[in-house]
Amino acid sequence: MLYAIFCYNDEDAVFSWSKAQDDAVMAKLGVVHRKLASRGKLGPSARLMPTTAATTLRKDREPAVVVDGPFAETKEALLGFYIVDFEDLEEALGYVREMGLANPGGAYELRPLRMFLPGADLSSRELATAETA
Amino acid sequence: MTDIAWIDAALTSARPQAVGALLRYFRDLDTAEEAYQEACLRALKTWPANGPPRDAAAWLIFVGRNVAIDQVRRSSRTDALPDEDQLSDLEDVEAPMAERLDGAHYRDDILRLLFICCHPDLPATQQIALALRIVSGLSVKQIARAFLVSEAAMEQRITRAKARIAKAEVAFEAPGPIERSERLAAVAAMIYLIFNEGYSTTGERAPLLTPFCDEAIRLGRLLLRLYPAEPEIMGLLALMLLQHARTPARLDAEGSIVLLDDQDRRLWDTDRIAEGLALIDKAMRHRRPGAYQLQAAIAALHDRAARPKDTDWQEIELLYQSLERIQPSPVVSLNRAVAVSKARGAAEALAMIQPLQAQLSGYFHFFGVKGALLLQLGRHAEAREAWSRAIALANTAAEAAHIRLQIDRLTKEAAKA
Repeated sequence: MLYAIFCYNDEDAVFSWSKAQDDAVMAKLGVVHRKLASRGKLGPSARLMPTTAATTLRKDREPAVVVDGPFAETKEALLGFYIVDFEDLEEALGYVREMGLANPGGAYELRPLRMFLPGADLSSRELATAETA
Repeated sequence: MTDIAWIDAALTSARPQAVGALLRYFRDLDTAEEAYQEACLRALKTWPANGPPRDAAAWLIFVGRNVAIDQVRRSSRTDALPDEDQLSDLEDVEAPMAERLDGAHYRDDILRLLFICCHPDLPATQQIALALRIVSGLSVKQIARAFLVSEAAMEQRITRAKARIAKAEVAFEAPGPIERSERLAAVAAMIYLIFNEGYSTTGERAPLLTPFCDEAIRLGRLLLRLYPAEPEIMGLLALMLLQHARTPARLDAEGSIVLLDDQDRRLWDTDRIAEGLALIDKAMRHRRPGAYQLQAAIAALHDRAARPKDTDWQEIELLYQSLERIQPSPVVSLNRAVAVSKARGAAEALAMIQPLQAQLSGYFHFFGVKGALLLQLGRHAEAREAWSRAIALANTAAEAAHIRLQIDRLTKEAAKA
């Protein structure tokens, strides 16, 4: 079954990490990523910019309203997600526990997918370069 | 299984909110800071064993408040007179912890904490030192090292600055909309001061001060999270990110400035650039331009150019023109002239800067730019003269060395010819 893993954490803390701290966490997470990838389980994944970069369209009113900031202002913000193919919840929990040891604090939400559109291969989009903007 | 580094990060990020709330309860900065310190000590004891609380700030406010109240009670037993009227909201001490996270208050708490550091009587360096101490929680030792003074001297400066703000009447009730927006502008300016203290420092001190840039960006994000729809705060954060993105390429091994044209652009931090561009994009939609947004847009045009010759100087000139209207200053006009020289040639730019000389006669960069324009026009003797004046006005050895290098180059070329 396809799952989304949503990564929540205190964004002020995460975005205050030094480059070295960030690299260390990513290196530890990388071990789990590679394990998932080598078993053909890892789908598209992303890290997100801080919620200050977010814009929300409230479409529950007419006309819809554009609001600066994230949909929900929470102590722990949505900072990234993975799409992963797991046998069952048990397997999923095993992996996210491992990821949690690599990156403490916050929470992972496991949510089974209802629909999945792989879409275009965006891997050639060099992220975070000036040209992409 | 809780990492000490993680606890550290959580305590630092909770600090502005926690100290801000404790300041509202106790109306005294020292009491608030001590209460926060005490709460942190307890956190370091209990969090590793029990795991971190879900809401670190709420935990610290609750514990800090109880500790401080205990202490006041204890000392009031020995001091005979109960001192309870100093404590606001004492009656709800036992209220559930969730209530501490008073959403309506916490924005104003943090803004107030930042705002008291911007007291107009305090010189810029003291505002910076105070904010780094109180809001960011840097140690006096760290701040003293960055400002090249002894720890004792810095301690004294901070104590004096605190005494000054204690005397100033800071309103503790929620500010009205006009006051809130005034506070916001003052706080934005102070955050940019912190940033520039880090960004403008060259030479040996530069590595000590680079963390100021990161801290200013952190405070900028914090402020924008509190006021997510303020385009100028978006602009401020974007400006800091887009400038700081160049930090890895901006100084050479000796800490001397590498000019934009000579920087290795592959070293620029693409994460910061992408975030800065996203923020400008958001800010522009509001159609309420301001000085931070315009400066950020200018920085963005530099950052988007893969090579110096790809820079859109025409657009930069237009942005400087808008900046001149919003914030007229001879320095802005000088910068506009630089853009004009790139877009349309040195002759027009030189004509533009001549009338600025009276106002900028003591400004290093004026003569640096003038010399460069004269050189482009082949007026070497006059270029040399302008650069000599620049050297005399240099603020740092690195600035002087940079100009001297250009004079040397000119001399060598003259010798060859």
